[in-house]
Amino acid sequence: MSDFFTVSVLVATLASGIRLATPFLLSALGETIGQRAGVLNLGVEGVMLIGAYAAYITALRTGSVVAGVIAAMAAGAAMGIVYAFITVVMHATQGISGIGIFLFGLGFTDLLFRHQVGTPVPIDGLRGLDMGGLSELPVVGELFFQHSVLTYVAFALVPVVWFAMNRTTFGLNVRAVGETPEAADTLGVRVNVVRTQAIIIGNVMAGLAGGTLALDVGIFQQNLTSGQGFIAVALVYFGAWRSSGVMAGALLFGVVSSTVLQLKTLGIIVGANSTIAAMAPAILTIVVLVLVSRRIGAPSALTVPFERDN
Amino acid sequence: MLEMTGITKRFPGVVANEDVDLTVLPGQVHTLLGENGAGKSTLVKILYGLYRQDEGEVKIGGERVEITSPAAAISHGVGMIHQHFMLVPTLTVAENVALGLHGKRGLADMAPVRERLMEVSERHGLVIDPDAYIWQLAVGERQRAEILKALYRDARLLVLDEPTAVLTPPEVDDLFATLRSLTSEGRGLIFISHKLAEVMEISDEITVLRDGRVVGRTTPSETSREGLASMMVGREVRLGRDVSDQDTGQDRLVVDGLHVRGDRGNLALEDFSVQVAAGEIVGIAGVSGNGQRELAEAIFGLRPIESGKVEVACRPIATPTPKSVRRRGVAFVPEERMRHGAVGELNVSENLMLVEYEHRPYVRAGLLQFGAIAERCKDLVRRFTVKTPSITTQTSHLSGGNIQKVVIAREFSADAEVLIVAQPTRGIDIGAAEYVHERLLSKRAAGAAILLITEDLDEALQMSDRVVVLYEGRAMCNLPRAEATTDRVGLLMTGVSEDAPAPA
Repeated sequence: MSDFFTVSVLVATLASGIRLATPFLLSALGETIGQRAGVLNLGVEGVMLIGAYAAYITALRTGSVVAGVIAAMAAGAAMGIVYAFITVVMHATQGISGIGIFLFGLGFTDLLFRHQVGTPVPIDGLRGLDMGGLSELPVVGELFFQHSVLTYVAFALVPVVWFAMNRTTFGLNVRAVGETPEAADTLGVRVNVVRTQAIIIGNVMAGLAGGTLALDVGIFQQNLTSGQGFIAVALVYFGAWRSSGVMAGALLFGVVSSTVLQLKTLGIIVGANSTIAAMAPAILTIVVLVLVSRRIGAPSALTVPFERDN
Repeated sequence: MLEMTGITKRFPGVVANEDVDLTVLPGQVHTLLGENGAGKSTLVKILYGLYRQDEGEVKIGGERVEITSPAAAISHGVGMIHQHFMLVPTLTVAENVALGLHGKRGLADMAPVRERLMEVSERHGLVIDPDAYIWQLAVGERQRAEILKALYRDARLLVLDEPTAVLTPPEVDDLFATLRSLTSEGRGLIFISHKLAEVMEISDEITVLRDGRVVGRTTPSETSREGLASMMVGREVRLGRDVSDQDTGQDRLVVDGLHVRGDRGNLALEDFSVQVAAGEIVGIAGVSGNGQRELAEAIFGLRPIESGKVEVACRPIATPTPKSVRRRGVAFVPEERMRHGAVGELNVSENLMLVEYEHRPYVRAGLLQFGAIAERCKDLVRRFTVKTPSITTQTSHLSGGNIQKVVIAREFSADAEVLIVAQPTRGIDIGAAEYVHERLLSKRAAGAAILLITEDLDEALQMSDRVVVLYEGRAMCNLPRAEATTDRVGLLMTGVSEDAPAPA
């Protein structure tokens, strides 16, 4: 165990925690926007898988990481349109529809992967930025200045989402339709349009989160996301529907995941123990959800479809 | 300024409006009067673009207009003060006002909104803090926010849907002063109410609706409260009720020093005491939300008591649960009849039997005895004049008044000595309300001790032998009938205590 508590290992663990937090953060921020508008999407996991596959296959075929990122976001947008149609237009129950989206994403990406790729071929994935002197600083450099551009994008989105929610008319509309859609409607806010926009933005971010994951590991496989999308939904509750809270949760889960990996790498936990340790994020999710089960700050109209009773 | 002609709106199975005409002139308060379900709300929802009429046309300022959405209504200068305020509780007053407006370059800059809001609020004497969150505001303030929302958009024609339902009498006076200042500026007002005294006070013209049709047009100088009531109901109505004094017996229900917490952990009742004697009705008056619901629930064992005690027939109830309280002879008519009073999905006879189904002769060896049950239910339906196609009709298909009769038939037919009756006539028509009052009085004559919790001040004053005003969980007074005047009780409802200066 003493192997773990050395400066170099701790720094490496924290640095990889920040990296692993990226997909959590992107998908949870997106889910926050959707939920603030009153729409729960349990299908984040499925959208992430589709985004991951889109990024992987595009990068594989074109050799371009940038094209992969764009493909992931486009796939997310397409899923957003589907989910908005199901829940906003057709008023389907959101919990069940989201699980449907997850199952679709899981099965569909596996099918495409077998059909189009077959045996896994690694791709040239994301590389950490080289910021010259900054990246070479001891400790600080490894912690903060060697990440991929998408990690910086994800963390930059935290204040951006806050600003959009609290300082723009779009954010005002989103908060109103998630809380009291009838009131927004009587003032001429088009509730279902706002919700559709929020869903699509959230799904683009979920697709990007999946793309980040695939480009980060440079490979695709069945169930690549392994529950991260569900954890992202939990993080929204953990973060009390605020971008800063969501960021804290994403970092917590990123660091827990990287710690487990590090302990395995160092051979501190082996065999059956490592299987149990791999469950740490899942157990943490449950603990966190029990602790924050009071739903303080939850949008009142979350999961409630809107229809003028004409 | 507004002309609606030949408006017809059908919903599956009902005609909500049939060939309704309504004309509103500038500077006029035009009242729409009618019972629940008469079609008042439907008509104004059509005007505000929330419903689309099947037939008929709307003219504003002489021009024919198609109002397809609230946004269209707003652009034609129509503003609506909804009965259930259309405010987002988690946003500030200014944000609620700004909702739906287009900010510069998509930014929600509150500074200009706040400035104009203050200007509008000062001009109309509607004091408000633009940065307060709606959830922090009292009901009267919320209503001001709702009115300001419409005035901010410079509504020339304002619709007020039952604006006085949630206000104390002094707040109603303030509201009426505001309304008069609005009409003096040439705005037209549509005022919806079923409180006759208010209608007589504020209206310039009155249109009475019944069953979706216009049944009369009049002005306050041409009619009286009785005249209006008769038009609403379609038969002679005698308002007011002479309740003769009667001797009371022993105290049957004693509540002493009750402290009870509300849903959010706040102290909903603080050192609250009341006694009800046999043959007596004690009215608990006050604006709802001041501890009424918690009081009924605490007595009935639905809410834990922090300290204090409840005694029925001189013996304390050790562990109050609905069952133990009922066994001691207490019956309960809860304020939300569809949530706590009756099960909408069950049929009429099942609802009637909810209290007694466990007792002989209605159950034997664990099996329900449908013969005995049917006999009992048919008898109750007849005695309590419940209008239902059969005793096996699903209860949610009945009208509000008839559902309330089902609840009352169940609760009043048992041999309860103590009745807790909460908001018994809220949302039901005049005829059914008259009936409920008669039943209460006959229970009183039979020696029951009745605690009548009501936010309808007229009902509290008319029915009660003594009136207790509940304000922020405390009893403000305990007045005998002769001393409980509208002015005195109305003032107490606002928290102004008689022996202390007004709270700051």
